[in-house]
Amino acid sequence: MIRVRLLYTKGESLKYTGHLDLHRVWERSIRRAGLPLAYSQGFHPQPRIQQACPLPLGFTSVSEMIDLWLTDDLPLENIQNSLIPAVHTGIEINQINLVPLSAPPLQTIVCASDYLAVFTAGKMRGNIETQIQGMLSMTEILRERRGKSYDLRLLIQQLKSITNPKAGIFMRLSALPGATGRPEEVLDCLGVELNTVQIARIGLIFSDQV
Amino acid sequence: MVSPIDIRNQLDTFLLSAQKPGRYVGGEFGQVIKNWKKIDTHFAMVFPDLYDIGVPNLGVTILYDLINSRSDALCERAYLPWLDMELKMKEYGIPLYSLESFHPLSDFDIIGFTIPYETLYTNVLNALSLAGIPLHSSERTELHPLIIAGGHSAFNPEPMSDFIDVFVIGEGEEIIHELLDAYAQWRKSGANRLELLERLQQISGIYVPSLYNVTYNADYSIRSVLPISENFPKHINKRFVAKLPDPPSRFLVPSIDVVHNRIAMEIMRGCTRGCRFCHAGIVNRPVRERSVDQIVNAIDKALTNTGYEEIALLSLSSSDYTHLSELVDALTTKYANRNVNVTLPSLRIESFSIQVMEKLRSSRQGGFTLAPEAASDSMRNRINKPISQEMLISTTNAIYQSGWSSIKLYFMVGQPDETLEDVQAIIDLSKAVLQEGRKLIGKKASLHAGISTFVPKPHTPFQWAPLDPLPSVLLKQNMLKDQLCGPGLRMTWSNPRETILEAALSRGDRRLGAVIEAAWRRGAKFDAWQDQFNFNAWMDAFDEVGISHEFYTFREHSLSEVFPWDHISTGVNRRFLENEYQKSKSGELTADCRNNCYSCGILPTYKDLRRANPGNSWLCPEVKI
Repeated sequence: MIRVRLLYTKGESLKYTGHLDLHRVWERSIRRAGLPLAYSQGFHPQPRIQQACPLPLGFTSVSEMIDLWLTDDLPLENIQNSLIPAVHTGIEINQINLVPLSAPPLQTIVCASDYLAVFTAGKMRGNIETQIQGMLSMTEILRERRGKSYDLRLLIQQLKSITNPKAGIFMRLSALPGATGRPEEVLDCLGVELNTVQIARIGLIFSDQV
Repeated sequence: MVSPIDIRNQLDTFLLSAQKPGRYVGGEFGQVIKNWKKIDTHFAMVFPDLYDIGVPNLGVTILYDLINSRSDALCERAYLPWLDMELKMKEYGIPLYSLESFHPLSDFDIIGFTIPYETLYTNVLNALSLAGIPLHSSERTELHPLIIAGGHSAFNPEPMSDFIDVFVIGEGEEIIHELLDAYAQWRKSGANRLELLERLQQISGIYVPSLYNVTYNADYSIRSVLPISENFPKHINKRFVAKLPDPPSRFLVPSIDVVHNRIAMEIMRGCTRGCRFCHAGIVNRPVRERSVDQIVNAIDKALTNTGYEEIALLSLSSSDYTHLSELVDALTTKYANRNVNVTLPSLRIESFSIQVMEKLRSSRQGGFTLAPEAASDSMRNRINKPISQEMLISTTNAIYQSGWSSIKLYFMVGQPDETLEDVQAIIDLSKAVLQEGRKLIGKKASLHAGISTFVPKPHTPFQWAPLDPLPSVLLKQNMLKDQLCGPGLRMTWSNPRETILEAALSRGDRRLGAVIEAAWRRGAKFDAWQDQFNFNAWMDAFDEVGISHEFYTFREHSLSEVFPWDHISTGVNRRFLENEYQKSKSGELTADCRNNCYSCGILPTYKDLRRANPGNSWLCPEVKI
């Protein structure tokens, strides 16, 4: 048994595929690749696949991560070569690594996500810099989501406007269990309409990097 | 005109506000995207229901593969948007588009609708409207796509004949190529649209309704349906493939959940049993089987191509497939440790079915489904689906004992000459099955009775029979609801008003085109969805047009009456059907025709085809020279 960690891109054609559906997309991709995917025991065997923190619907990402368990000890190069033609439309594999079987679950080691919201119009919206500074200067931003109130400010680790390569907003948001910052909430505070930006996840931050 | 790029970009601005946006962007693994500009003939295949229902459709899968295998044609797909998405598309001015290249449907040369059942008719109109294409065949010109349709409902094409230019009757594997060839030649010739329709009508199995004229009698019934010129045939014989080709092994793998996420593997076509209510059993004759090798090879390829973890072996009556044991053994040996689940619907009521199912599944999740259809001997004889009470109980007992705790039994009410005793028999039988089950495995035994209502269908022995009137159906359903309840017992039933609509459309004629259009204008769509079905819109539409649905539904048709579909031939002749109808009335059985030919008409109609394809490929006798 080996445990393989893949870093991959989730592109345009998968952007409306949610976390649970993505699980099936991966299971079938691995089966198409002919790789010996491990399954759990019992009446309803489940594929041994772990995804890192869910990407909200409608976003693309260049840094998604997934762990998969294979029953045979195959060279990484063979695994990658089998996967490349077999992965679902919209997936590109960027990196492949072996991880110890005993490594902690993928979900528990990610502590923050980096997002980039690019203005589809190509230019920065007027007073965005002022608004960002305004938000950052606040000590508390109380918001409500799905009937629960929370402090968004606590979840914002970084927030800045960028112009290179494109005009947009960079966010580093907490991604801990029970304390996950959502980029659309930040954009809402900034008064940026969701249909004026394209949002991509561009990085995952691990606990040991902090 | 809206360009594909405009559509794609526009979608991104609002799709997140739609339910399940993944329905509207394609991107399936296995979708075929060809270079639009380098292809002559652009074909859009439309399944006129939601993406979730349409993607698993086997007919679309087969034709998508065949058309895209041609170098001169491409096939892309479209489905109907759900209500929320339809509103958004209208708001943003987005026409119905294809999921591969996002071209508006009006950019295609041919739009093909597959229409397996009648309750999709309003959705076809909705699709044309959303695509900005004139609804009526008569309003369309060379500037518009050719609108074709096929599928089981096309065996009575008349109700949709105002809207469809060309119907394809029967199986599509061969005729699709003939149609595309003829289309390409016509395009090169630069001739007008009428010329195209006339050329297509020369292809066997094609029906162009505008080239046929219907006359009526004073009593509203049909006098004749005749071609407008002697150049066209009086009867359209359905097409079918004499030898089943290799089954498709390329299936689309969607990026979101749909109703069936699996490889659909058709093991045989047709059924030799001759149940008298069954449309599929007549229109799919002759019975043709695939070889075990053909099936196993295709499954092998399909598993590699798709990564699916489930295979459904499809046919009208799986237990009748000659090599079923051999096939199941081959599959279980091959896929024992590969986490592949094989399902086998349509099993007969006999112990053999349980042995087969036991081999297929190590875990007993889900229920075991059987379809006795009737519960009294007299009714079973009338519908020609005999099964003894003892055989049924011993089978259900064995199912409970083999580890399935839940059994589903399908019954039908409203069949011709049904009495309340026949209905009571359904109650008694269901209770007996459950009681026996409880003796064997205790309280965990459960029974689900699925009660549908009989709809008289064209081309069947019951095509003359009246639909059971609404008060009678309601009485029977209430009787069942009162008694089919209690611990472990569950019953589901169909909405009798939906049945009325289905019955009217099934045996409808050309005059119903106006009703379908009026109903659609009154908001009817997604009629097959219980929560969307709008009976009032339909009844108002009948009133508006001035037609009574009762002419098509509750009336017993006379034996001499000309049916709207008499010029469409399934190969089974009317004399045979009439004889079966008479035998039904006297409770006389007709045995499985694989053992004895009852001269249904297939062999005389297709004798040359049979002669060219001798041996076991058909389950019909050989034709003597």
